[in-house]
Amino acid sequence: MEGGRFIVSTSPHIRDPITTRRIMCHVIVALAPVTVYAVVIHGIHAFYVLVSSIAGAMLGELAMQRGRGLPVTLDDCSALLTGLLLALTLPPQLHWWIALVAGLVATVLGKQIFGGLGHNLFNPALVGRAVAFVSWAGYMNAGYVKTAAIGIANTATHKAIVKAVDVASGASPLAAMKIVYDPASSPIGPGGVPHGIQASSYYKPLFLANPWGCLGEVSALLLILGGIYLLAVRVIGWRIPVIYVGTVAVLTSFTGRDPLFYTLAGGLLIGAIFMATDYTTSPLADKGKILYALGLGLVTWLLRFWSNNPEGVMFAILFMNGLVPIIDRYILPRTYGTVKKPRGGETS
Amino acid sequence: MAELKTFKGGIHPPYNKELASGKAIKEAPVPREVVIPLQQHIGAPCEPLVSEGDRVELGQKIGEAQAFVSAPVHSSVAGTVKAITEVANFTGAKVKSVVIEADPSQPEFSKKPGKDLEALTAEEIREIAKEAGLVGMGGAAFPTHVKLSPPADKPVDTVIINACECEPFLTCDHRLMLERTDDLVAGARLLKAAVGASKVIFGVEANKMDAADALRSRASSYPDVEVEILEVKYPEGAEKMLIFALTGRKVPPGKLPSEVGCLVQNVGTALALYEAAAWGKPLYERVLTVTGPGVREPANLMARIGTPIATLIEACGGFVGNPVKLIMGGPMTGWAQPDTSAAVVKGTSGVVVLTSDVVDLGEEGECVRCGKCVDACPMFLSPNFIVQAAKRGQWDKAEMWGALDCFECGCCSYECPAYIPHVDYVRKAKAEIAALKKK
Repeated sequence: MEGGRFIVSTSPHIRDPITTRRIMCHVIVALAPVTVYAVVIHGIHAFYVLVSSIAGAMLGELAMQRGRGLPVTLDDCSALLTGLLLALTLPPQLHWWIALVAGLVATVLGKQIFGGLGHNLFNPALVGRAVAFVSWAGYMNAGYVKTAAIGIANTATHKAIVKAVDVASGASPLAAMKIVYDPASSPIGPGGVPHGIQASSYYKPLFLANPWGCLGEVSALLLILGGIYLLAVRVIGWRIPVIYVGTVAVLTSFTGRDPLFYTLAGGLLIGAIFMATDYTTSPLADKGKILYALGLGLVTWLLRFWSNNPEGVMFAILFMNGLVPIIDRYILPRTYGTVKKPRGGETS
Repeated sequence: MAELKTFKGGIHPPYNKELASGKAIKEAPVPREVVIPLQQHIGAPCEPLVSEGDRVELGQKIGEAQAFVSAPVHSSVAGTVKAITEVANFTGAKVKSVVIEADPSQPEFSKKPGKDLEALTAEEIREIAKEAGLVGMGGAAFPTHVKLSPPADKPVDTVIINACECEPFLTCDHRLMLERTDDLVAGARLLKAAVGASKVIFGVEANKMDAADALRSRASSYPDVEVEILEVKYPEGAEKMLIFALTGRKVPPGKLPSEVGCLVQNVGTALALYEAAAWGKPLYERVLTVTGPGVREPANLMARIGTPIATLIEACGGFVGNPVKLIMGGPMTGWAQPDTSAAVVKGTSGVVVLTSDVVDLGEEGECVRCGKCVDACPMFLSPNFIVQAAKRGQWDKAEMWGALDCFECGCCSYECPAYIPHVDYVRKAKAEIAALKKK
């Protein structure tokens, strides 16, 4: 062995054991509880949605890389994660083929068109969802929920709303509240809340077992636990999820609504913890992340209360994704020791 | 415990200091032949003062500095000059070197009659440092007398002794602090006198509390010497980071520490200055750590300049396991060696041997913009953007993103989940930017 040849490479010669694949796997592990639980609550059809969405995303990646003659990188688990995240934003009774198409769209249009991993401007899973959302609005409506599941958490409030405002019993709490508060369609009148309807009665189902909504919305608790796991293994930072949710909660209470209800209901938690924190589509530096999260909160709040849709998380994230290059251009850390004049000017 | 002083950014690699931190310094064997490069420092190369066939004595000056930013070199053995020729140094560059065949029996160094260290003037101390061939012994090897001559309009009030030893694995400075405490403090006070500063601060990382305690008990007799404990974090010992951690001052880009009234010197340099001033000993040997999972008996060795790595490895019981990487210096900034032939120079702080189970050579992947490099960069640069610009050959943009401010600590590459060698790209960018500026 003496005098043998050694590997020559440049410094540093040691590295952290973290790899891109390991990061993806951490996120998948963080999502595993909520995924399994969604199938438990919603039944076997939720499983079909999951499989179709993941298959679509992986097929899209495979086809694009093969087609472009690039090395196939399914083993980095990023396409798998995209498919999983997408499935968690879909209603459990969705036709499997819509999930499949949405998965294909996610990796083909959302990611590979831009050049693949690390080059996409928008969150691929949300691109897939957005296309499905506008193409099959009826099916994508959160009301498309198997009524049998509702039995597990039906509350007096929900029944009262269903009765009072004549929505389907599968309507999501956010959709129900939207109608309740909507002066145009609410039979109760402007700003009025039907007697006995309290958003707080939704806390428990939203937290533990929510039958109304997308797969990933079955339990706020499991999403938060997943987020804590990702914080603990240093895959995500606290800034984006905490500031995003905090901004929505604060603005919501300014509007006179129940901030906890609007935090737990809908896609805010899964969006804030798992989608807004996507590396590629969020700003690089801490200050940029803060600005991005504040923007997410503001846009979500605007969309939730001043648009036709009850929900605003998806479009808020896609909108803010589009601003990331600008945020990164102007809000990057200033070189150590410089006093003013950030590096800046034109960037690519 | 109160929060320890530190800087922003940086990383926490496994330190692996325990392999060698308990090993007392011992003499490395004198090799049969030493190879002494005539340029071991930043600056101009030396002109040889000897020719083939000449007899040389231990400590004899064999290369004379030809410029201000340069340092003379001395023979590390008594013997005969065998050749003066170009030899590849630890970076692979061919450097004119003096090859000396050592006598079978080597004399002890005879100390010159001691001087009154307290009475030395700043000018005398600088001259001593220069004549002894002192350079920064932390790795950069910048001629010490140059650092001791700050511009007249930038008075230095604080001398900082870099006692962090933040490179993983290395323990030679730690041992020097324990075994040579008194001499070290005396050397530090000489540095202080040379620049007319009002105080000396030892910055010691919290993983060397025994060394800090030893320094403190010695420093208690001098009101001008302080010992500060710093957080264990890499690169705590980088000049600008250390100055910030200890004084809160920030050295502006492209400026020297004297800009903010500081002078930073490494433990080994302070000790070498003491030996030069008190004993008349030129810098012809140094303490270094031979360690890593691939070394049978890790050790801290006093080795002659010009000793080939092979001699050091042999002195430590040879290789063990499956050694795949041989590094001159620490694992974060050191130079990988193709074989054991390279010779120890004044800036060599260690030899680290890594085995196949700890070397992780992945294929460079796509940046996912995780931002870990940005968070880790102690200079607050955006390493991923420098890489992006370098990949496209946009050197002006690489410069805009701070390529020239990078001091190549390697934190970005260490943290990168995609195995991107940022430091490589930065070096390329620096060379290209320099070439463009020459035009």
